[in-house]
Amino acid sequence: MDIVLQQLVNGLTLGSVYGLIAIGYTMVYGIIGMINFAHGDVYMVSAYLTAISIALLTFFGVESFPFIIFGALVFTIVITGAYGWVIERVAYRPLRNSSRLSVLISAIGMSLILQNYVQLSQGPNQQGVPTLITGAFRFHIGDGYVQITYMKVLILLIALAGMGILTYIIQKTKLGRMCRATQQDRKMASILGIDTDKVISSVFVIGSAMAALAGVLVTLDYGAFDFYIGFIMGIKAFTAAVLGGIGSLPGAMLGGLILGLSESLFAGLVSSDYKDVFSFSLLVLILIIRPSGLLGKPAVEKV
Amino acid sequence: MSTLMEFKEVDVHYGPIQALKKVSLSIDEGEIVTMIGANGAGKSTLLMSIFGQPRISSGEIIYRGEDISQKSAHYVASHGLAQSPEGRRIFPSMSVEENLLMGTIPIGMKHADEDMKHMFELFPRLEERRNQRASTMSGGEQQMLAIARALMSRPKLLLLDEPSLGLAPIIVKQIFQILKDVASTGMTIFLVEQNANHALKLADRGYVMVNGEIRLTGTGAELLVNPEVREAYLGGH
Repeated sequence: MDIVLQQLVNGLTLGSVYGLIAIGYTMVYGIIGMINFAHGDVYMVSAYLTAISIALLTFFGVESFPFIIFGALVFTIVITGAYGWVIERVAYRPLRNSSRLSVLISAIGMSLILQNYVQLSQGPNQQGVPTLITGAFRFHIGDGYVQITYMKVLILLIALAGMGILTYIIQKTKLGRMCRATQQDRKMASILGIDTDKVISSVFVIGSAMAALAGVLVTLDYGAFDFYIGFIMGIKAFTAAVLGGIGSLPGAMLGGLILGLSESLFAGLVSSDYKDVFSFSLLVLILIIRPSGLLGKPAVEKV
Repeated sequence: MSTLMEFKEVDVHYGPIQALKKVSLSIDEGEIVTMIGANGAGKSTLLMSIFGQPRISSGEIIYRGEDISQKSAHYVASHGLAQSPEGRRIFPSMSVEENLLMGTIPIGMKHADEDMKHMFELFPRLEERRNQRASTMSGGEQQMLAIARALMSRPKLLLLDEPSLGLAPIIVKQIFQILKDVASTGMTIFLVEQNANHALKLADRGYVMVNGEIRLTGTGAELLVNPEVREAYLGGH
């Protein structure tokens, strides 16, 4: 019993992280129909930026935890957002009217460039940040107990807040309406006076900012990272996006949570060696039953 | 009356196919001008070329003294041109209200409430469905929404692409009645239609397009009685 609860809690936090990164995949796919394979590496860059921001803040004498975490969030989100903007500008916009395959290859190239650039500038070794927040809640259940670290609680709260704010922006603001209009009919959106290039840029910035949020949270919790962490995290988040229905924003969040929960539960109850096999089998199964994902709309080819 | 928009010898190519051939026409301020022609004559291409989609291959599109043929679509839209396009192209997953708000992009939200109220007076059906998803509405309601959305930007020139397409005669009649009301406010309208009867009755002047070329021009009344037009577009009656 206690292990199920423990893994549920772990799964929720892991899932919320997957969900945050999946948002970037799903929004970009929704608006320009491409899989941004460099997105995982944007997440990786944000882990390095977190370490840099913590180092800078401590250097300038900021020692209180809340300020360090807040400062790291702001610094990392802003700069990672800028990375997203530049990537779209450099690697995707020039190919806007080319075939999907060219853009895909450009994305893979961008992914390799980011990995190698970080490897060269930051070194190939694993790096880390000190643990800032220690301590945990402990709930006794029968003979065992469930332990939730303060950091995990913080991850869950901040991730959910991030998703809430994003949902509000997309549903209720002018920028959100412009994003949805561009997603539903780009040509019509431009005829109505929307600068669709700007909207696409802002989608990349938003997606990267969400990945940065995940990057800061995971780095603060886990501590260690290297230039290669973007790959597996990217694949997992992409899986979450497909699971929820690529193109659907609530789908990405739901897909992330389901993936995180199933992975944690399987790891805790059956075998942690095969947790990835399990989550990918789950993906295959769901796609057989619902090819467009849980909340995705069936694809209608436009004539 | 000053000229609001003028096409000067406009050519449009889709690859090797020429869709528009030396098209010249003009629209004066306050006028209702129609372009009639069969399916595939190039009418929609003409309207979309105003927004650079597709770009014209030669000629000029002069709007208020400026050649806009090489400008971006959002530039054109933010200078007083609004279109209710072929196939309506409403945003299917948005509510009626949100669709209308999309029309306010060029002028901002400051008149949004007032203008939306005005649209609901013009199109009472839209008010009943204001929170409904646009995709769940009938074809006629979607057409009304597309016109209302275009009007939300307070355009100087309203471009309409076949508002009667695929609609029941009674709905077509309603829509043309509303267009008449809109026109009576002094709005300049350029209407592209296959329904020559309705279009020519509404319009001050008309052009007839055949295979990408302008074949005939005259006042609405002249074209209505023109034997060639009657034969080709009015069923010979």
